[in-house]
Order: sequence, then structure tokens, then C-alpha cells
Amino acid sequence: MIRILLLITAILGFSIGSANADPKKVGFIYIGPPGDHGWTYMHDVGRQYMESQLGDAVTSTYIENVPENADAVRAIRKLAASGHDLIFTTSFNYMDQTLEVAKEFPDVKFEHATGYMRAPNVSTYSARFYEGRTISGHIAGKMTKSNVIGYIASFPIPEVVRGINAFYLAASKVNPDIQIKIIWAFTWYDPGKESDAANTLINQGADILVQHTDTFAPCQAAEKAGVLAFGQASNQEEFCPNAHLTAIEDIWGPYYAQRAKAVVDGTWAEKDTWDGMAEGMVVMSPYNAKLMPTDLIQEAVEMEIAIKDGSLHPFTGPIYDQAGELRVAEGEVADDLMMATMDWYVQGIDGELPQ
Amino acid sequence: MNIEVFIGVIQIILIATTPLVFAAIGELVTEKTGVLNLGVEGMMLVGAVTAFVTLVITGSYSLAFIVSLLSGALMSGLFAYLVLILMSNQVATGLALTIFGIGLSSIIGKQYIGTPIQGLNPYFFVALSFLIVFLVSYFFYKTKLGLIFRAVGESHNSSHALGYSVIKVRLMGILFGGCMCALAGSYMSICYAPMWQENMTAGRGWIALALVVFATWKPGRTLVGAYIFGGVSILQMNLQAWGVNFPGQFFNMAPYLATMIVLIIISSNRLRIKLSAPASLTIPFFKGR
Repeated sequence: MIRILLLITAILGFSIGSANADPKKVGFIYIGPPGDHGWTYMHDVGRQYMESQLGDAVTSTYIENVPENADAVRAIRKLAASGHDLIFTTSFNYMDQTLEVAKEFPDVKFEHATGYMRAPNVSTYSARFYEGRTISGHIAGKMTKSNVIGYIASFPIPEVVRGINAFYLAASKVNPDIQIKIIWAFTWYDPGKESDAANTLINQGADILVQHTDTFAPCQAAEKAGVLAFGQASNQEEFCPNAHLTAIEDIWGPYYAQRAKAVVDGTWAEKDTWDGMAEGMVVMSPYNAKLMPTDLIQEAVEMEIAIKDGSLHPFTGPIYDQAGELRVAEGEVADDLMMATMDWYVQGIDGELPQ
Repeated sequence: MNIEVFIGVIQIILIATTPLVFAAIGELVTEKTGVLNLGVEGMMLVGAVTAFVTLVITGSYSLAFIVSLLSGALMSGLFAYLVLILMSNQVATGLALTIFGIGLSSIIGKQYIGTPIQGLNPYFFVALSFLIVFLVSYFFYKTKLGLIFRAVGESHNSSHALGYSVIKVRLMGILFGGCMCALAGSYMSICYAPMWQENMTAGRGWIALALVVFATWKPGRTLVGAYIFGGVSILQMNLQAWGVNFPGQFFNMAPYLATMIVLIIISSNRLRIKLSAPASLTIPFFKGR
């Protein structure tokens, strides 16, 4: 329903818009609703930031709850066909669909989040969330009493696997006895299933939960059970004040503003962007002083500084995979290609990565 | 596995499966009277959001459930008007009801996303779901009215000729289904995952619909089926957390796969009778024919 309404507004907006000073139209494809207070919410915050920065130069539209299947092709095509100049597709599995539509509309610019396939009119962008995972891992390693960490993962794509590895490397460095239990929910968005997974992990002894899904249900389940948790994508402390240690926030606004401005100026070109804490695309939420000792907060802040100035890299060798094979040699760091295609667990993680 | 962990697993299964039981048993009654309502997901969402918003505004749990049930009755009443009086196509109307429910619930709940509430103990509802399944089964197979309901679903023309009001029976079936879906939704937003988020039922309405077919329109089997679907989903999570290797994706499609197998069996006409699909399902009733 909402989707249809938005399309109507998109079409109406086009006819009104073209009568004015011809603002550029920017479209967004969302996997969930902006009200998820997680992944999609932060993209929508970014979209609003872009509008506030560029004023009359752009107008924007979004289509929410677009599944990662053939529906995505229709949604993207509708935005492209209704006169949008720049379209952001904000989930990994929109990759093929984005490229398919991009081929049909060579004059429209596309930006695909977290993907790796580009074309002359398709850029990719992502954030180095794993930098935040390193800090979460360090905190979890120091805070856990049961030495069991529960990790709710979504789909076995490189981004999620990278997060698990970065988290585990940092956690096991400060606490070699740590065990990480991973549940693949095979969904980004299902509050019921996410809380089932959270409760299952708590039931199996986890006293800290980490999630790579989009709702605050796991954090709420942690609050209810009296264990700790990390928020996801946005600061979720208000939903679970006695469980929330910190969260990794995704800050998309400046990037969206910059890319939309490039379209307005006619300077847009295909490129790959992968920014992290140094550029401000990844930000840690305020550390919860009620739950964390002061010196641990201090350590986390120092890690942030070290990541920003490059003296700390989450994937610094030696790193072995589960089979015991050396993947990153001592003194070296993993390169972007290795991280972008990561499909293996580091040594010490139990269980097999689903394919 | 020690006993505490085992009890924990059982508890999570009970909590996770209950919304499926409510929604499926409601849809089963609707279908038994010969009406297919594909609006389950939409009615669940509207039920979930109305219960949540009422609770936030009034602070009363009982009022929240009453308003939620009323919303289910209203949504399904709208559906009943369209398919029984205006004789619109049931499949299309049901799909429209779901789309309508998704949009309506998002609009109602917009400013309530993330409002914290105190969740209710789920075990009362778990017990209630078992009781309702028992009562529905008793109703269909041990009471005269239940027999009439079934007769209307099998052959509305014969029932009409015998003097039973087909429209009235179907209206009751549809309203009961709507109320059960709303109950499933309110259970989700108040007990299961105490929060409101758009689309929070995440496809459980469709699983409930599949369940009715999987259970071949038998109340007891619906309960068993729901616990198979729900149990498999929780067990696979436990296996994952224990580090057992197996394809998790397979378990996510298992409910649909099982339903498809049942549908293939049903598509052979002779067996269809044995599997007790209501013979008049989705066929509109024209009075005076």
C-alpha cells in the first residue's frame, strides 16, 4: 500500500518538480521500513541529511520493504523510469537487480550499498563496520563472565562474516577462553525470530549478545533476561538501557550529500567507496558508563583513535583460518580484496560457515 | 544437555509457536465454512498494532486485547461484506486485505515504534491456544452447529435447501478467523516480542495459511503441524548454537515445502475427499440458485 502511495507521489513529484528549477531526483530502495531503528532507519537519516544539505537542488523518494528478489527489479525500474537521476539501493542482495536495471537506463546513476559489482553508471559504497566490531569484541572479551558470547547473524555474506571474524579476533585476544555461538537467522528483519535466536543463545549460556540483524528485538530480549548486548546500526540505548553497552552507528548522510551534489554538478563518476571511522562513516555510540568500568571505556576510546590513525588494523596477522591455514602473515594486514570476499571463519570459531 | 537448558528450549518453542496456532485455527474455521481468507497477515498486523497502541495510551492489558479483537472483527467484517454480499473474488479480496492491513498498521503505529512497554507473561496465551484448538475440534465434530458449519463448507446449495443461512454461517466463520488473527497479532506485540515494528509478523500469516492445508483442515493436526513448524525452527537455532553443521536455509523453507507436498497430494481429486478439503472452498454462494 505504502509502496504504491510512494510511487504515486514519486510520479506526481516528477510532474511538479520539472516545472520548478529542475531539481535532481534521488531515489532510495530500502529493505525494511525506516522505522526499524536500525539499518534502514540510518539510511533514511542519511537521506534527510542529504536533503537538508542540498536544499532545493534535490528531491528524494524512497520505496520501503523491498524484498531481495525480482520485486527489487520492478521497484528499481519504477524509480528509474519515473525520472530519478540517482538511485541508492541499500542492501547487499540488490546487487544483480541494480546492475540489470542500470543496463536499461544508462543515463541514470546507481549506487549500490555493500556490493562489489560496478558498471559505468553503477558505483558501490560501504562502511568499514568491522572496525566497530573490533571494539565490540574487545569490550565483550573483558565484560563476559560466562565466556560465552551469542552472535545473531543474518546471511553468510562477506560483510557479516568479516564482522564475526573481527569481533572474535579482538575478543579472543583479551580473553583466550572465550567461546562464540553463532545463529544464522537467514533474515534481516523479523523481530520474533530475532528474539527467538536471542533467547536460544541466552538459554545456552551467553551473557553478551551481538547482532547483525536490523531490529532492536535482541537487545530487548537481553534487557529482559538481564544480560548485556550491543546495539546495531543506530544507538539503541533507549530500548534497552540496562543491557546496551554501545552500538556501531552507520553515518551515511555526508556520503549521500556528496554523491547527490556530484550529480547536480555533473561530476558523478563510477567509483568504489569504503570508508570507516577515520572518515566518520562508522561511529561508536556513547559507551554505557553504568555497565562498563571507566578504564575499559578509556581503552575503547583509545582503540578508536588507533583505528583512525591507522596504527590498529582489525585484521593484523598472523591470522589462521579454521583449517589452520595461514591467511595473513605476521606483521601484515588483510587487504581490501581479502576482506571484501571473506568467506571463511578465523581459527577458534566453532561450527561451519553455511554456504 | 542439562535439564534447565532443555526446559528453556521447550519454553522458547511454546512462545514462538503460539501465534501460528491462533492464526491457523482461526483460518481453519473460516475455510471450513467454505471461505478462503488470504488476509491473515494483514489482520495479524492490524491486531498487533491496535493492541500495542491501546496499551500505550490506556495502560490496560484487557482493553488492549478487546480493542485488538474488535479490530480483527472489523477487518474480517469488511472482507465478509465484500465476498459474501458483493460476491467479490475471495483470493483477490484476501490479498487486498493483507496489503491494506500492512499499510494501515504502519500508519497507525508510526509514532509508537520503539515505545517501551512491559511485556505480558505468555504462558496464559499458550494455554489458551491449546484450549481453543480443543474447543474448535469439539465444536466441529461433537455439536450440531459444528455439523452445519461443515455442511455449508462442503455444499452451500444443499445447506441452503435445508434451510440453513449460508451467509450467516460464513459470516461467523470469517469473524472468528479475524478475531483469532488479531489475537495472534496482539500476542506478538504484547507478549512474544513486546514492541511495535512495522511488518513485525514477518510472514507468519502466510505460514498459518500453509499450515491449514498442511493439516488437511483438521484442528488437532493444525496444532501438531504448528508445533512441527515452530519446533523445527527453534531446534535448528539450537543446533546452530551448539555448532552442529547442517543447512539452515533448508529449515526455513521446510514449512512451505511440506505444504507443497500436501497440495500435490490433494490435487489428485479422489484423495481430495479423503483429505477433507471443504468442497465449496472459494466458491461464492448465489442465493436462489
